[in-house]
Amino acid sequence: MKENLCKRIIPCLDVRDGKLTKGIKFENNIDIGDPVEKAKQYYLDGADEIVFYDITASSDKRSIMLDVVENVAKNIFIPFSVGGGINSVQDMRAVLLAGAEKISINSAAVKNLNLIEDGALAFGSQAIVVGMDVKQVEKSEKIPSGYEIVIHGGRTYCGIDAIEWAKTCEKRGAGELCVNSIDADGTKNGYEINLTRLICNAVNIPVIASGGAGKPEDLIEAVTKGGASAALVASIVHYGKYTIKDLKEKMKQANIAIR
Amino acid sequence: MIAILDYKAGNQTSVLRALNFLGIDACITDDNSTILNADGVIFPGVGAAKQAMDRLLEKKQDLLLKELVEKKKPLLGICLGCQILLEKSAENNTKTLGIIKGSCDKFDDSWTDGIDENNIPQKIRIPHMGWNTLTIKKESPILKHIKTGDSIYYVHSFYPTPEDKNLIIATSTYGKEFPAIYGYDGLWAIQFHPEKSGEIGLQILKNFNDYCNNK
Repeated sequence: MKENLCKRIIPCLDVRDGKLTKGIKFENNIDIGDPVEKAKQYYLDGADEIVFYDITASSDKRSIMLDVVENVAKNIFIPFSVGGGINSVQDMRAVLLAGAEKISINSAAVKNLNLIEDGALAFGSQAIVVGMDVKQVEKSEKIPSGYEIVIHGGRTYCGIDAIEWAKTCEKRGAGELCVNSIDADGTKNGYEINLTRLICNAVNIPVIASGGAGKPEDLIEAVTKGGASAALVASIVHYGKYTIKDLKEKMKQANIAIR
Repeated sequence: MIAILDYKAGNQTSVLRALNFLGIDACITDDNSTILNADGVIFPGVGAAKQAMDRLLEKKQDLLLKELVEKKKPLLGICLGCQILLEKSAENNTKTLGIIKGSCDKFDDSWTDGIDENNIPQKIRIPHMGWNTLTIKKESPILKHIKTGDSIYYVHSFYPTPEDKNLIIATSTYGKEFPAIYGYDGLWAIQFHPEKSGEIGLQILKNFNDYCNNK
């Protein structure tokens, strides 16, 4: 029996100073185009949602991102979220007013847990996605699952178990989790399925699998074995190896509910 | 002109952008005379029922909405706007507008949707977030060029149940079958987000505008 709620394919666009960019394991970023044009292309190609991740380093260039958000909102009529550099309810409001449906917070939530709750109270849980960057470590008393939350693109270990963190985020009012494996990110070797499944079993909110997609089978695995509600894609579609349409066709053939 | 009722409930700008994209003359307003003189009114909303009701009551916009319905002004409630047209919501046990008899209940996380690779039924996750499909129950001007199986985008934890089942125009299923659109000609309540449902959603907004202009 096929599910009614479709599994989502979500292209993730990393944006730096208003330009689309992509790096491997958060390093060596190169510009690859205009985020608004790319978003339009993905919208027309059947993307179910789009994520913009602002990796602009300097805060004085933040307003460029708001312009991008406004332009996207005028042109595409599917949900999209914005992450990166959002550190306060005020930042969230600016992005939502510019036209995003959801905001994604990552290290800001680790540094200030109240931000999840404050955001959910102000805009509703459905607007708050918590992005979790995760690295596999040796199992220990502190990290019983062997998956640890990291920030700063994987350079700083937080001493927080990823499974516990997922439950905490849900309790505090997150409406969705985006689970990004730093180990898999950019490798095109497939999602971290074990991690995805552990998080999906631990919470009752939707989970997006992120990091490592290289072929259609990887997405199929993420939403079946991994139990994810959605799969984030980047390199696999950015460089034209597959279109969103190709990916959806393969998933349909695997009897997965797809729009 | 389409008036989008401004009661600071979240998605009104998204609705406006979609109407603008379609070339439909529209504005976001809380001015009573502008709203009463519009060809049709959209009553949007995301967030919590209680806060939304508080804001409506504070500005007596509950009375305005009732007046619009009495005067048969075309009205389109979206998401939270669809839910609070009913009498009450299980969300914080909130008394809502009562323009249509019925109530709004929460999805139950013991319900299931689909099975996993080991044939185990999968419990639904809440909110119901993402793309689901429409099953059309009866013809309606709001569904011109729309067919059963078309996909629409949802984000909600509560679903509407009008008392009069004859009002149900289309449904979706998530754990159980629930109304996606209910109402009658000139008063439609839509639980999903047409402003975020791609071409299908834009068509529905266009249908509403066409109805308003031909009335």
